[in-house]
Amino acid sequence: MTGDHTHDGVTHEHEHSHCDIVHNHPHSHEKGHEHHTDDGCHALLKADSVEFEYGAAKVLKDITVDVSRGEILAILGPNGVGKSTLLKCMNMILKPKGGTIFIGEMDLSKMSGRDIAKNVGYVAQRNESARMTIFDTVLLGRKPHLGWKVTDHDYELVYDALEKFGLSDMQLRYIDEISGGELQRVCVCRAIVQEPSVLLLDEPTSALDMSRQMEILKLIRHVVDRHNCATIMTMHDLNLALRFADKFVFMKGGKIHKICDRSGVTPELIEEVYGIAVDVISHNNMPIVVPKF
Amino acid sequence: MTTEEKNEEINRTEDPVENNTEDKVEMKTEDPVDDNTEDKVKEKTEDPVGEKTEGMVEDYKSYVGKKYTAIFLGIAVTVAMFLVSISVGSVSIPIPDVISTIMGGPGGTSLIERVIWNIRIPQALTAIAAGAGLAVAGVAMQSVLRNPLASPFTLGLSNAAAFGAAVGILIFDAGMTGSNMVDAVVINNPYLTTGMAFILSMLTTVIILAITKIRGATPETMVLAGVAISSLFAAGLMAVQYFVDDTRLASIVFWQFGDVARASWSELGLITLVVVICALYVFYKRWDYNAVDAGEETAMGLGVNVERTRIMGMVAASLISAIVVSFLGIIGFVGLVCPHMMRRIVGDDHRFLIPATLICGSLLLLVADTVARTIIAPHILPVAVLTAFLGAPVFIYIIIKGRRI
Repeated sequence: MTGDHTHDGVTHEHEHSHCDIVHNHPHSHEKGHEHHTDDGCHALLKADSVEFEYGAAKVLKDITVDVSRGEILAILGPNGVGKSTLLKCMNMILKPKGGTIFIGEMDLSKMSGRDIAKNVGYVAQRNESARMTIFDTVLLGRKPHLGWKVTDHDYELVYDALEKFGLSDMQLRYIDEISGGELQRVCVCRAIVQEPSVLLLDEPTSALDMSRQMEILKLIRHVVDRHNCATIMTMHDLNLALRFADKFVFMKGGKIHKICDRSGVTPELIEEVYGIAVDVISHNNMPIVVPKF
Repeated sequence: MTTEEKNEEINRTEDPVENNTEDKVEMKTEDPVDDNTEDKVKEKTEDPVGEKTEGMVEDYKSYVGKKYTAIFLGIAVTVAMFLVSISVGSVSIPIPDVISTIMGGPGGTSLIERVIWNIRIPQALTAIAAGAGLAVAGVAMQSVLRNPLASPFTLGLSNAAAFGAAVGILIFDAGMTGSNMVDAVVINNPYLTTGMAFILSMLTTVIILAITKIRGATPETMVLAGVAISSLFAAGLMAVQYFVDDTRLASIVFWQFGDVARASWSELGLITLVVVICALYVFYKRWDYNAVDAGEETAMGLGVNVERTRIMGMVAASLISAIVVSFLGIIGFVGLVCPHMMRRIVGDDHRFLIPATLICGSLLLLVADTVARTIIAPHILPVAVLTAFLGAPVFIYIIIKGRRI
């Protein structure tokens, strides 16, 4: 625990986020949505001129970006541009060398790991499997909220989340015996029961087939809309990102090249960032990026 | 949940692609998850009690119940083995007499009462405490280093502690040396001896953590580091042996054979105290270990301070190794084998793995000691000889089969 002042702040922040999280609870759902429209302009998580370096190599330079409630933000850009690094800075898995991350009004660097985890959930790109059941793996998401004992409330949340994710029938299967797509779903489910207001996903669709990609992104969209939280995810598949995200951050050389919405994604932009010529065509009112032959 | 809210939920799901009729159709016909969600909503609305959830709860409870049953079964077998262990030996005592003597409390004057209270019970309890301690140290090390081959013995902690204790006993006169196996070394300053052993095993811990930090805790790195560290301290021990006189040389050699017969009641008390404190700490951290199992970054995302968990887990393991080695000598393989046996039975969930491993360690060392005392009667083997015979093949098996034995 940090000093008294910080502690007070943290407690406040926790209560605040808890209120938001209550949207899990059906009764507060409608209210949550009014809240969303009123409050939409307020950034939920904000990175303010974040810098990061591995040794001498500067990976992130002056990154400023934010995400609001009900929003999915996609971080895009070529391999090795620092997308995952930025994502890890956003919940202090990597400590930024400069700049600040705010959740609401709170500076993340002044919060304990546990308090950060109560507000920000993280799903890694690759997930380790162990001889644990799906149920217990998801229950692990309650870790930041757990005392010595698991409460009935914790179990309730896990049961609900498992049902929502279509995992109830396989809750007692060991995660070292399920497929990669199922494990991915379990890990997202684990982050959901963590009750975060911001969800960080590192390439949630990598190594999944087309139908699994759709499935997991629909679930994420559903969670963001229903719980009125926010999601930041790194992606390689531009068309999937265009379909499911609201806001797009294009990174180039460790810097932000452009932040835009769906309409801002032009062939010129893609060529600047990825260095290949593309057409952006419209298919059922949805832009699709197609590389030129 | 009311129907209205559920409907709203469905609408929300479709929101992002609302303008897209084709998509909507696709979603309803092809997407399994959304279908599921909707089906379940319908199910639930028709059936407000939520029988599905009810069934899930039952399933999970019965699953957890099975784990607890396995653990309690282990405790029962250990208690039974405790009685058997007390009853067998050079003087065979029928189990009813054993029970009545234990019920009667200490202080009896008959031969049997004295044998039971002064020799057999301390020895059996020492086996239980030391076995539990070594097993818990093993499971903690395997978890925090994320390495299936970690244990106090394989990573050289035991050898380091032995060297430290030997230095304490022989150079700083913290112990008196005797000429037979049971009295090979009488430690008259347990704090100095254990302290020396602890300092050396902590030094080893620092080396291991440094290697982990630089090279990562892969099985290969850890085994090589273990070989290096073990031979370093074996060399140190050899040097000490080279310079001492014959009597001390003999006694230090005897002392190295791990044997649970050495501990008296007061030493047993000290071992138990350290083991209980460390085991409680490790059990308290069970969720942290589960989180670390899921990957370091995931654990950090769940608010676990991985670095601190790792260091504290290693300190607890070092403390246990130091106290056990100081009083009983080197007992190998219990810390390596027990977690693997229990992973097979109760899985990797540390909520069950830690207590199960603890009991497994107690039972294994108790059985090993009982067998060692009787297998070539009237001669008595030190228990470490037996655990090594048992452990080496299992160790090789783990190397061949990979993590899950």
